[in-house]
Amino acid sequence: MSYKGKFRVWRGEGGEGRLEDFTVEVNEGEVVLDVIHRLQATQAPDLAVRWNCKAGKCGSCSMEINGKPRLGCMTRMSTFTEEETITVTPMRTFPVIKDLVTDVSYNYQKAREIPSFTPPADVKPGEYRMQQIDVERSQEFRKCIECFMCNNVCHVIRDHEENKTHFAGPRFLMRIAELDMHPYDVADRKDSAQEDHGLGYCNITKCCTEVCPEHIKITDNALIPMKERVVDRKYDPLVWLGNKIFRR
Amino acid sequence: MTQQTAESAARKQRAQLKVRTLRTDRWWLAPALTFAGLTFFLIYGFWAIFDKSYFVEPYIAPFSSPCLTTACPEGARLFGWAPIGDWFTLPPGLIILGLPAGFRFTCYYYRKSYYRSFWLSPPACAVGEPHKKYTGETRLPLVIQNVHRYFFYGAILIGAILSYDAVLALIHKPAGLGTWILLVNAALIVLYTLSCHSCRHITAGRLNHFSKHPLRYRAWTFVSKLNAKHMQLAWASLFSVMIADFYVRMVAKGVITFPFA
Repeated sequence: MSYKGKFRVWRGEGGEGRLEDFTVEVNEGEVVLDVIHRLQATQAPDLAVRWNCKAGKCGSCSMEINGKPRLGCMTRMSTFTEEETITVTPMRTFPVIKDLVTDVSYNYQKAREIPSFTPPADVKPGEYRMQQIDVERSQEFRKCIECFMCNNVCHVIRDHEENKTHFAGPRFLMRIAELDMHPYDVADRKDSAQEDHGLGYCNITKCCTEVCPEHIKITDNALIPMKERVVDRKYDPLVWLGNKIFRR
Repeated sequence: MTQQTAESAARKQRAQLKVRTLRTDRWWLAPALTFAGLTFFLIYGFWAIFDKSYFVEPYIAPFSSPCLTTACPEGARLFGWAPIGDWFTLPPGLIILGLPAGFRFTCYYYRKSYYRSFWLSPPACAVGEPHKKYTGETRLPLVIQNVHRYFFYGAILIGAILSYDAVLALIHKPAGLGTWILLVNAALIVLYTLSCHSCRHITAGRLNHFSKHPLRYRAWTFVSKLNAKHMQLAWASLFSVMIADFYVRMVAKGVITFPFA
């Protein structure tokens, strides 16, 4: 069954732009990205939208639908009423290139700032031996599709542009946690998580977890455990003393 | 004319939406309910601390347990002790209040709830916060939140004492409604305490080789299951402690008088 859906879509380049109203055909079983494509095909051929897999696995079509960060390809039209006007805007934390496409290079910059996996010098590739239970915590974080919606929704940078220089965002704090929990990673990441990547800015309001399309428990399984590891290092005199006494 | 900073120039490259949020759902409901729930608890707690009807054989109100001064009735004292003596003339509940209050105040779940509902930082996801600056938990006073694990150790003690109180009530009045209210409350308090993120870290979360510590790994697995329900346990135990406390005070005041009270 089809109906004419009412849409308001952000159009513009750079920061300049406006919400434009459209009426577009919506068919049963469609997702928001399908409707955006129909809009592109029938009424706004120059509408810019980034997309790729249409299966929720590439993380390209991140946008804000009725104000919530969502993947366009995973947001079913059946979740809205036929009378509802659906507002589609680009991710609000990043600069707009055109229409719904944002410049997410902040994320790539932050990714580069994290030292890569650092195995012990005496263990060669092919010699790693790990139990499944030792790596399954990290494996949850490998489900990340880098849609950057967690970084987009995080108020630390969403509402405070000035924090972008010293806050890596949940995506990359999770990456630090992943490496710090890895049984074969020997790099010291606790101090830098706090000092260089801004873990202390996180006030664990869990928006990153709420918007994650892969349902990764970013806050409970990555950010809070990493905060606790930092507490071990920086704020817990008992752990410090224990490490001094029992260090081999 | 104001000078344009690099920061504001970068911000102007974002979509210039003039509204705080475009969300159309009732995003304000959760922080409003949280605000109401926590405010109600604070008001009740303030009243309960100064209320003197905290003991009626064999029940002691959770807000006043353990009772550690000579001002406490004989039966209300923990193991009959009064280590604080008679110099402390304020309500006895104030002596131990800091442990459970500090535990909840620094709890990772409650931090989320009051940062959202009281400090509006942010009030809800993708809703703009009203503050111009944000430094999070990087400096005083909020950097003190990192002491949570010490409050956890104290909360374990409080959980054990409330369980002891409930067991005493069970021994002396097994058919009493108050006994079962205290037992349920003690169970919820203990479960909430064990579901704490710091507890999860202490059991084995800090390790990188679970396989070398199978017992700690099993404990971590158990705590992780509880931890997934931390929010629910936080609210359930918050209300259970208020209900149990209020019930005991009502019995002590003679307001509730039925035979199995």
